[in-house]
Amino acid sequence: MAAARTLVNIPPKAKRGEVILIRTLISHVMENGFRHDNMGKPISRDIITSLTCTYNGETIFEAVLYPAIAANPFVTFNTIATESGTIVLRWTGDNGFAQEASAKIVVE
Amino acid sequence: MKPLISTRRDFLGVVGGAASLMLVRPAGATPQAMKEAMAAVTGGAPVKPGKIKLDLPPLVENGNAVAMTVKVESPMTALDHVKAIHVFTEKNPQPNVISVKLGPRSGKAEMQTRIRLADTQQVTALCELSDGSFWSDQVDVILTISACLEDPV
Repeated sequence: MAAARTLVNIPPKAKRGEVILIRTLISHVMENGFRHDNMGKPISRDIITSLTCTYNGETIFEAVLYPAIAANPFVTFNTIATESGTIVLRWTGDNGFAQEASAKIVVE
Repeated sequence: MKPLISTRRDFLGVVGGAASLMLVRPAGATPQAMKEAMAAVTGGAPVKPGKIKLDLPPLVENGNAVAMTVKVESPMTALDHVKAIHVFTEKNPQPNVISVKLGPRSGKAEMQTRIRLADTQQVTALCELSDGSFWSDQVDVILTISACLEDPV
């Protein structure tokens, strides 16, 4: 499967203990499995089912997505900037979909 | 014997009845399905109103992408934090919308996403705190264009 485009917005620098906002977007149809094509055949479900965020290996956020999430899922959440390192986002879904994106953060 | 459809009124009644049957959606959650989905999360624990704030526009033109914000008032410390946030709908084909796990590392219990709505309905957000209590908030949303069920052209 072709890689989906992702957009991850994390402040590159933060003060220790500061609450930072993480904004994520991934291109995906989120086909909900309740629709039919023009021949009347049901279109099978193809959605992203989970989004996990790890900060230097520690899981800080987990989301389970259902078909009621709009196409191109956009999710924002917060975390505390504890130390410099890497924030990794991982999306997984139907039909073996898996995509990763990461960003570095410098904590002073 | 009197024919089954003899008058204009009978005819309209039959045709109208058939049309309304055809309008019934093939799949749909009910308020009952939403209650069951919520009970699966809470395990039957009481749910109190308050603490959590669900932010959705009251009038939505297009249900395909509705911006939603959920906030919980919480100090987010190791002893007192939000463990999870769940969102449910009454009339989408499935009651679940999103389930999120948070912790003291979150700093602030707030999340945002875009959801699909199939009908004018009530949306419920539920949060679980670290002391095991559940809190909820409801918002009524009026919708003019449905998402989820219309087919691609």
